[in-house]
This record gives sequence, structure tokens and C-alpha cells, in this order.
Amino acid sequence: MKLILSEEQQFLKDTAQSFARDKTPTTHFRKLRDDENTKCWDDSIWQEMVQLGWSGILVPEEFGGSDFGIAGISVIMQELGKTLTPSPMLATSVLGVSAIKLLGSNEQKKIYLPKIVSGETTTALAIDEGNHHNPFDIEATATLEGDKWTLNGQKVFIIDGASADFILIVARTSGEKGESNGLSVFIADKNSKGLEVSQISTADCRNYANLIMNNLILDENALLGEVDIAGEVIEQVLDLGRIAMASEMLGNTEEAFEITVSYLKERKQFGVLIGSFQALQHRAAKMFCEIELTKSAVMAAMHAADENSNELERLSSLAKFQAGETLHLVSNEAIQMHGGIGVTDEYDIGFYLKRARVAEQIFGTSEYHQARYADISGF
Amino acid sequence: MSNLESFRQEVSKWLEENCPPSMRTPLVPEEEVWGGRNAQYVNPESKLWLERMGEKGWTAPNLPTEYGGGGLDRDQTKILHQELYKIKARPALNSFGIWMLAPCIIEFGSEEQKREHLPKIIKGEIRWCQGYSEPGSGSDLASLSTKAEDMGDHYLVNGQKVWTSYADKADWIFALVRTGPQEPKHSGISFLLIDMASEGVSTKPITLISGKSPFCETFFDDVKASKENLVGVENSGWTIAKKLLQHERNFISNFGLAGGGTGSGADVVSIAKKYLGEDNGKIAHPGHRDNITLHKMKEHAFGLTLQRSGDEGGKASAASSMFKYYGTEHNKDRYELMISSMGNKGLGWAEQGFSDDEQAITKAWLRTKANSIEGGTSEVQLNVISRRVLDLPS
Repeated sequence: MKLILSEEQQFLKDTAQSFARDKTPTTHFRKLRDDENTKCWDDSIWQEMVQLGWSGILVPEEFGGSDFGIAGISVIMQELGKTLTPSPMLATSVLGVSAIKLLGSNEQKKIYLPKIVSGETTTALAIDEGNHHNPFDIEATATLEGDKWTLNGQKVFIIDGASADFILIVARTSGEKGESNGLSVFIADKNSKGLEVSQISTADCRNYANLIMNNLILDENALLGEVDIAGEVIEQVLDLGRIAMASEMLGNTEEAFEITVSYLKERKQFGVLIGSFQALQHRAAKMFCEIELTKSAVMAAMHAADENSNELERLSSLAKFQAGETLHLVSNEAIQMHGGIGVTDEYDIGFYLKRARVAEQIFGTSEYHQARYADISGF
Repeated sequence: MSNLESFRQEVSKWLEENCPPSMRTPLVPEEEVWGGRNAQYVNPESKLWLERMGEKGWTAPNLPTEYGGGGLDRDQTKILHQELYKIKARPALNSFGIWMLAPCIIEFGSEEQKREHLPKIIKGEIRWCQGYSEPGSGSDLASLSTKAEDMGDHYLVNGQKVWTSYADKADWIFALVRTGPQEPKHSGISFLLIDMASEGVSTKPITLISGKSPFCETFFDDVKASKENLVGVENSGWTIAKKLLQHERNFISNFGLAGGGTGSGADVVSIAKKYLGEDNGKIAHPGHRDNITLHKMKEHAFGLTLQRSGDEGGKASAASSMFKYYGTEHNKDRYELMISSMGNKGLGWAEQGFSDDEQAITKAWLRTKANSIEGGTSEVQLNVISRRVLDLPS
């Protein structure tokens, strides 16, 4: 495994960089926020991304995608992260596509994947039920009666949950809370009877929802793949999500750092540029080191995923951990080094802080991944 | 079969035939090979191993063959290292000459200097030491005052160097000397090679907080150095000095991964399990386990960064400051975690009450404190990153 980008991946990255710079600078996000846009992403921008093929990067060619792999989508997420560009990429093109691709029958793939590639459909993954990410702490149930499934329970903090056309719901078909066995994944139309989706309002002003299932009745073929055995694949889907998320967070970090270093070179106090103060220089240099480590961890994780490496779990946890730790550090330091202007809403740097804390929670905090890494490594 | 694959087979076959059996067993400190005029070989096979590797140029695989090097490219060098690692071969030669001086002679030396010095370095015939720091010039290295006066056909050298590792065992020293006392401090320095056997050179070992050490003080008292031993142009030695520091930093930063410095290459996880006990295969104490996991994750990410830097083509310069800073701080952290996991067993000084391994870890812990000082302090590395990478104002 070489820790560099292929020509193809570099091309995707360059394209995404120009796209974010030209079409979705941070003013784009600010406007969506100020307009209180429910989706918190822009339909026409998403359709342009679809035209570039980004919706189908993980989709096999036979279903209309390009099959460029998680590295391909991660480098795009990184560039979009720099300008805080919201889009359905994570929930639909990474999580939705991976779950359907890895779990679904050929029939189900034919139904959903081409519609995702064409930009006609978006999805969301409903998994967490508590205040903290834990993919196996699932109490929501699904029971089969005749040829219908009945689902009951609740889900929280669903990314893009407020806008998705279809929601992938992880429910327990057997076993106890905490077990990875006995989990199954269902796909439900957002308008299904018995499904109540309510948007929540988060600090990063993105699109999340909670949902309640009160005798949600689904057809037999709403079950993705086989019953009871989705646990392992769910972990795999989440690992891909964690890598894509870590990549976006790396983009957030790089830009917040860049903005801050530029500020150190223009802000004067006591008659000199504040960037000449060693107290600030050394902190900036330490951040630089952590960012370099993050780049390497993310790069290793995305290549491991695309090469089906048995190191995927460990590297995905390393990437999410390192990206979370670094973004946490840089988002705090960015505010502090900006001084007063850093805590004003008018200035963009605060957006990065708010996005950071939410991103850190998504699919497991640093603490979660530290514990997971220790277990996998046998420490 | 690709060229690289056939090269790998060639290497593997050669090593099979030429690496003596005892050179595939774990290294014992007395048998470490540094070469030089006065080298003592406790084990005759280490001498044989050095001669065979030196003949092949594989002690310095990436240096050009015309000066005795292996002439291997980056990929081939990697393969050689992998194959050496595979058979657990001991290093044929440890050498400041190869690690630090040779790349500078290649870049700045005259043709005569290359022909004179490189083959002897590569074969381990001449052992080198480094004369940089002085009692009054630590982090501010460019303020050095050891002077070399132009006496026509030679320089007359007077002054003192400190932290000269193995100066008492070295045959030659590469030293920074002041040749332009009237020039601004960076512009009056030259890079001079001096034979340690010259009249007026003397050395004295330094004891560290960790005990005996290879470090020495080195004194120059009216020492004559021939002018042909000036590397590069007079008064432009600072450029060479900076380049050499990069090579040194790259070398030291590997400590972060190798468990290096002195003594034990002990793994912090197995140490913790041994001294804290296990609970279902886990380090029994949750607080220690968390701290160690954090450390191991940083180590993993740092290792990947070294790998990435290599895969990107190994652009050195400022990156070497990052590696030096991070690697040495990480190594200090490793030993702190180790002795803390060992409890009172991590505090032994001599054999009463402590095993050899335990004493070695305590000594190594103390020795790591110098890692972030030698070769440029962590603070100096952070300055370099701030100025050269981030372009922050001074």
C-alpha cells in the first residue's frame, strides 16, 4: 500500500477543489443557514455534483456508477470540508450506497442504486438510539407477521434524516441490546404510515432528525438481504462512513488552520505581526505536525478500505480518532488565535468550531475509537 | 518477473550465502560494529560480515558505486532492508560517516575528497565523529568560537567541542570552525575535516544522568589541519552544517519508532501487561491502558507519516524538523509510560533488587531526555517549522 493518491484520485480532488472554490465557498453555507433551509443543502448544487458523477462513486458500473472507491469519495469530501459545503454525499453516496451494495439483493440494488446515481433519490441511515454512538446498542424491533414486517422503536441523530426519501433502519430481529447478532436493516419510504420523522436543530445548522416507529408496517422485501446477520456489514458500512467523515474533518482542519495562519500574518498588536510571537508560533507548528499525522492516517484508512485490507477496522478507528483529535485542537486554537473577532458570528471561523464538535460525535468520538483500537490491538 | 523481483531474489541468495550465522542472532552491545583503525572484534564473524557488506557497498546502499557505495535506487534499497530484516541480520556497520558525513561530501566535497574519504567510510576503515556544539554554543550553534587561522598551507585550530559522540574512539572528526572572525556569525564558519591523531587533539568522556555515555569533550590546542581538508568554500560551512543537521534529525527521529536511544527495545504494551497484570488479556489497569493506547495510536499515525513522506519521494528539509520533534517527544513519552507501568520496578539503578532489563529501562528512560535536546532542541525544530513551512514572520 503506497500512501499517495493515484492520478484518478488526484483528478477528483482537483475537480472538487475548484468546485468548492467557485461554487460553494463558505458564503454558500452561510446563506443556507441564514435562509433556514431545511435540508441545509442546495438542490441545484447537488444536481451539479451528480452531473460530475459524485453520487455514484461507490456504485458498481453495472448499476450506473463509476466504482472509484472510498479513496475517490474521500478526497472529494476533504475538499468540500474545506468550505463547509453541505451535501447528501455522506448519507446517500457513502452510507446508503454501501448498505444497499453490501447487504441488498440484486433486485434491491437494481431498484435503488441507479436512482441514487441519477440524483433522483437520497437516503439516510438510522442507527443510533442513545446520546452516544454505539452501533450494537439497539432496542428497536422488527417482527415478521405473515408477509409484513412491523417495526417499533426510536432513532436519533440521523444525518440528512429531515430530507431523505428513503431511510435505512437498523432494527433488532433477535438477540439482546449490545449484541451484534440479531440485527437487520430495512429500507422505508419516508412517508410510510407509522413513521414519524422530526428534524432536530443542531449547533452546526446541518440536517439531522430523530424518528419514532409506531407499528411501522413494511413489505417483506423492505428487508435488505438476510435477516439477523447484518451486524458485521453494518460495521463495515460505518467504517466507510468514518473514513469519509475523517476525510471531511481533515478538510475542515486544513482550512481552519490555513485561515488562522493567514490571520497571524496580517494582524498587528504591540506594533508587530502577532505571528512573530513564539507563544503562537510553537502552537501553530504543533498543529502542523498533527495535521500531517491526520493526512497519513486518513490516507492509509481509505486505501485499506479499497484494498479490502484486514486492517480496515483498526485504520478506520485510527483515522476517525486522529481526525477528531486534530480538528478539536485546531478548531479551539483557531478561535483563540483570532481573539475577539473569532467569537463573532460575522467571521467564518466559528462555523468550523460548531461543525467540528458535531463531526467528532458522528460514528464515534475519539474516546470511542480509542477504546475500539485498544480492543482490536489486544492491549 | 519484474526487475525488482529478480533483484530481491538476488539479494536474498547473496545474504543466504554471505551473512554469517551469528550475525543473524540478536545483537549484544559488546559486538556492535563501528569500524575504524582501532576496531576490536569480539566476534570474528562481525568483522567478516562488515568486510563482505563493505565490499558490496551495501553498508551504504544508496551511495554511488564509483566511491564504493551500493549504487541502489530507492526501491532497491528498500528491498535490501526488507531482506536484511527478514533474516534478522545485525547491522554490519554503525557509522556517523555514512549517516551524516557521506551525504554532505557527495553534495559539497571535491572529487579528491570523495575518492579519499567515501570508500573508507563505506568499508568501515575510518570512524568519524561530529564536532559541532561548544560549551558556549548549544541551540545557537552559529555562535561557535573554535577558530581555524589561515597559516598559508594549513589552518591552526584552537578551541573546544562538546557532545562529540565517541570522540575517544574516532579516527577523524568533521568540525565546524570559525575562519572569518570579522564576518557576521553565519558567514564566518567553515566545515573542516581533522585527523584525531593530530598533535594537540585530546578528549575526555562525559557522564550523563543515565550514567556512562559515548559523549566526550574534545579539545584542540594548536592543531594543524591541512587546507585540502576544507569541505566546500571557506566561510560557507553553515550551508553544509544545516544540511548535515537534517540528516542527523532524520536519523534521530527514527528513535520514535525503533524504541531506540540506548538499551532496551522493549514494547510498552508487553511491559505493562507484565508489571500491571492482565485482565482477560487486557492491560489490567484502565488508566494505564488508556494512556498506552493513546501513545500507540500516535505512534501508528507517525509511522504512517514517515511512510507517506517516503512514498512521496522523501522531500526532506522542513519535514525533517517535524520528524525530529515528533519522534523524540514520542520516544520520551514511551519511556515515561514504561517506567510508570513498572511501578517501583522502573526505578532501579544497580543490580541490587533489579533485573538487568529493569535497570536498562531506567537508564534508557533517563537517556531519552537528551533526545529532544541533541541534534537541535524541540523548540528549535518548532521554530524551523514556523519559519520555513508556515512562513510566519520573525
